[in-house]
Amino acid sequence: MIRNGLLFAAMAAALILVGLFQSWNVALAILNLQLISAVMALGTNMQWGYAGLINVGIMGFAAVGGIAAVLVSMPPVPEAWRAGGAGVLLAGLALAATVAVTVLARSRLEGRAKMLATLLVVAVGYFVIRRFYDPAVDAIEAVDSARTGYLGGLGLPILLGWLAGGVAAAGVAWVIGKVALGLRSDYLAIATLGISEIIIAILKNEDWLSRGVKNVTGLPRPVPYEVQLQREAWFQDLAARWGQQPELFSGVTVKALYAVLFLIVLLAVYALAQRALASPWGRMMRAIRDNRDAAAAMGKNVKRRHLQVFVLGSAVVGIGGAMLTTLDGQFTPGSYQPLRYTFLIWVMVIVGGSGNNTGSILGAFVVWFVWVEAEPAGILLMEAVSAVLPRGSALSAQLMDAAPHLRLFLMGLILLVVLRFSPRGLIPEPRR
Amino acid sequence: MTDVLNALVLFANFVLVPGVAYGAQLALGALGLTMIYAVLRFTNIAYGDTMAFGAMCTVFATWWLQAAGITIGPLPTALLALPAGIVGAVLLCLLFDRTVYRFYRRQKAPPVVFLIASIGVMFMTNGLVRLIIGPDDRRFADGGRFIVQAREFKEMTGLAEGLAVRSTQALTLAVAVVVVIALFWFLNRTRMGKAMRAYSDNEDLALLSGINPDRVVFWAWVIAAGLATVAGVLYGLDKSFKPFTYFQLLLPIFAAAIVGGIGNPVGAIAGGFLIAFSEVTVTYAYKRFLSYLAPDGWAPDGLVQLLSTDYKFAVSFVILVVVLLFRPTGLFRGRVI
Amino acid sequence: MAFLIGEAMTGGYGGADILHDCTISVEKGQIAVIVGPNGAGKSTAMKAVFGMLGLRQGRVLLDGRDITALSPQDRVAAGMGFVPQNANVFTSLTVRENLEMGAYLRQDDYSITMEQVFDLFPILQEKAAQPAGELSGGQRQQVAVGRALMTQPSVLMLDEPTAGVSPIVMDELFDRILEVAATGIAILMVEQNAKQALNIADRGFVLVQGRNRFTDTGQALLADPEVRASFLGG
Repeated sequence: MIRNGLLFAAMAAALILVGLFQSWNVALAILNLQLISAVMALGTNMQWGYAGLINVGIMGFAAVGGIAAVLVSMPPVPEAWRAGGAGVLLAGLALAATVAVTVLARSRLEGRAKMLATLLVVAVGYFVIRRFYDPAVDAIEAVDSARTGYLGGLGLPILLGWLAGGVAAAGVAWVIGKVALGLRSDYLAIATLGISEIIIAILKNEDWLSRGVKNVTGLPRPVPYEVQLQREAWFQDLAARWGQQPELFSGVTVKALYAVLFLIVLLAVYALAQRALASPWGRMMRAIRDNRDAAAAMGKNVKRRHLQVFVLGSAVVGIGGAMLTTLDGQFTPGSYQPLRYTFLIWVMVIVGGSGNNTGSILGAFVVWFVWVEAEPAGILLMEAVSAVLPRGSALSAQLMDAAPHLRLFLMGLILLVVLRFSPRGLIPEPRR
Repeated sequence: MTDVLNALVLFANFVLVPGVAYGAQLALGALGLTMIYAVLRFTNIAYGDTMAFGAMCTVFATWWLQAAGITIGPLPTALLALPAGIVGAVLLCLLFDRTVYRFYRRQKAPPVVFLIASIGVMFMTNGLVRLIIGPDDRRFADGGRFIVQAREFKEMTGLAEGLAVRSTQALTLAVAVVVVIALFWFLNRTRMGKAMRAYSDNEDLALLSGINPDRVVFWAWVIAAGLATVAGVLYGLDKSFKPFTYFQLLLPIFAAAIVGGIGNPVGAIAGGFLIAFSEVTVTYAYKRFLSYLAPDGWAPDGLVQLLSTDYKFAVSFVILVVVLLFRPTGLFRGRVI
Repeated sequence: MAFLIGEAMTGGYGGADILHDCTISVEKGQIAVIVGPNGAGKSTAMKAVFGMLGLRQGRVLLDGRDITALSPQDRVAAGMGFVPQNANVFTSLTVRENLEMGAYLRQDDYSITMEQVFDLFPILQEKAAQPAGELSGGQRQQVAVGRALMTQPSVLMLDEPTAGVSPIVMDELFDRILEVAATGIAILMVEQNAKQALNIADRGFVLVQGRNRFTDTGQALLADPEVRASFLGG
């Protein structure tokens, strides 16, 4: 316990140092992403740490959470709905009908007839869907494409979007889990990796839904804007009393407000995750993880439990993804990279301690801090190296360009060192 | 009749030729992946970045040769630089084996630990590649651009459609054939190759027969790194060298290896071509093709494209999932992980 | 002193000992059989002789040389051939390749040895180009024995060679094993089919709970009423 407290205190001290020596804006920016990463790491830890499921598709679930936040919070675009809303809905109905008929046909028929019927239904369904979908999409994307060109959202508060992000990610996870959880561990990794790439591809290309690579910007915020604060008399007073510039102080205040919101979510998820882990359900999860065959032999429905934990963990990741999109104030499908959104989260979980929620949070804090601070550190290092090189040489220019990539190398090194010398992480899972 | 010929030429130009080249690249990549799986028994997430690293070494060697004025006529200089790239990738793989994987092998760690370790290796390799060559596109192809040019083909045949075969595409196929023949000769004819198959088949019995596991693992890395480099360079010549694209190739390569039956070399080749042709045929727009074949006035309005090109990953993925669900050992009876 | 001897062996797989002061030995050109009830430590005794199990006490001598510290691989190089009970062939390799793998350690020309194996097991020559995984159970055992013979061992150790084969095939396998012994190789085997095995054995070791219970020639053990009643089903 004391050791954990010290570890978190050291992390806080590092953030304070950043605040003092770099700026509080930077320190709070780091803290916000640490909090979001911690939520995602908790979700991943539920899947990997509790149940031993390898989900290498964290990025996809984070993006699903992000688009959910967009679809909840952005104002609807009535022209686009008029132009193609009906068509898209019909296409959706056709898709649902195709799936339903396929399932029905497969349950009723046998052998060759089953395969033929499946192919036939899918082929017919495909063309029916395209029949409604293509003109509708063209019409929607033609509506003021520079500013909208998509259906827009529901125009609700974005905090609801966080909830929706969790629900949407859970829904996607349920479908994926139904198909992929029967696979052995390595295959599950490949399958989730593929699914996350497909989700990003969809978000990049279905402009009617997400504006694709045109991005959705200007998302509504759950906290006030800096300029609003700066105009308020009480805020100017407060800033003056603390001897701060209102412009800078407003930035810090907004970030701090975000941090409070994220912290509330993190603590709520953490409390629930801890309770779940200590409950009979959590014990059963661990039993299945440690000895799947024995658990199955004792009559535990392994696949069902796995599906539960997969859906829950993905939902938590989805909430994190929605929070991230909210913090960014925009949704940019092109920016989702597996290294950053999937594998970095994995580094956090492994470094923190698989199976330990507290460890996952610490891992997220530490790893994100290193990830961010490695960049200036890398530049300092490269400057030091360049100092001995002739001024303006090509090599020193190359070194400066390369500096940001040092952190990738560093992340790999950290993961490998922890895995080798402290395989149970910074805060190991307690032996029960 | 001419219409049918035109349609066939069109199909060959946009589906057959690119499909064969892409299939050969995937097949080589899948072979390397399957070798690692067969011998070391884990799923190597770092494999895409190994391809990038080997290709990067080749790019540097190519630039050096070009600067020194050494070329090989119409063939790309990269072919000459390939051995240097292979050596680079082999050294990297052996280094990581010594420092990372060997420890877990001695511990007899479960495959999932290797997989997580390979995530660390992936990060490091990725960082190295970006540190050294940067994240941008690099062109290193030279030599003749085309073997058959569309315009010449049209003049020669009098058809409306042209057939173009880029020299890199022909080269890809030629190199792939040579490499595959060499690999199969190694696996089936040499002492080490047979020992490697024996080790993959039954590790304990291989040890009882006096097969030295360290040697087998050494050669498995050499072959896998070599194949990764060859595949990476051919892909880079055909398209262009960009570190991130190699990570994205990981998915179709995995799909190819698993669909064919992981651990089975023949399966890896079949899987590579299956995935490549599925991707190309499903994302090809058949409008012109059909308008040649359809009666006048029946030509389709739309592009007649089953799936937008942006979804080509989905194709390999769907094939992968279907095979895993219905035939988990793959088409050619590989192992079940 | 016997050619191969596991002397006063005590040990197990970590935890509790399975073998207690157990001694197993075999002479060149002779067949020694380890029999006993289930869980008696028969296979364990065999594995201990082959070095697949750490000994707390006792030693293993081969031709007078102490090999207790050698790894199984090194014992193969020292002239011991071992045929495990399960997974004892490379299923995806051809029969010929299986034999070649048996000779992996040999630097000299092993084609004569391969001819001898083919003479011993003619069916293998017929099926030389077939993957071993496609063979029947009895044929696989022949491949497994043939693979072990390729190193030209001075000792051949067989862990239940007749498990899961029909009685006819079992008799044939035992005939072959007698032929192998006749070439001067020492043969040590563990057998479930105790009666038939003792019939061809020069020496029999009856183990109970990891200890030697009876040790005698095969015929004497077969004749011993107590052994018959307790271990041979009357």
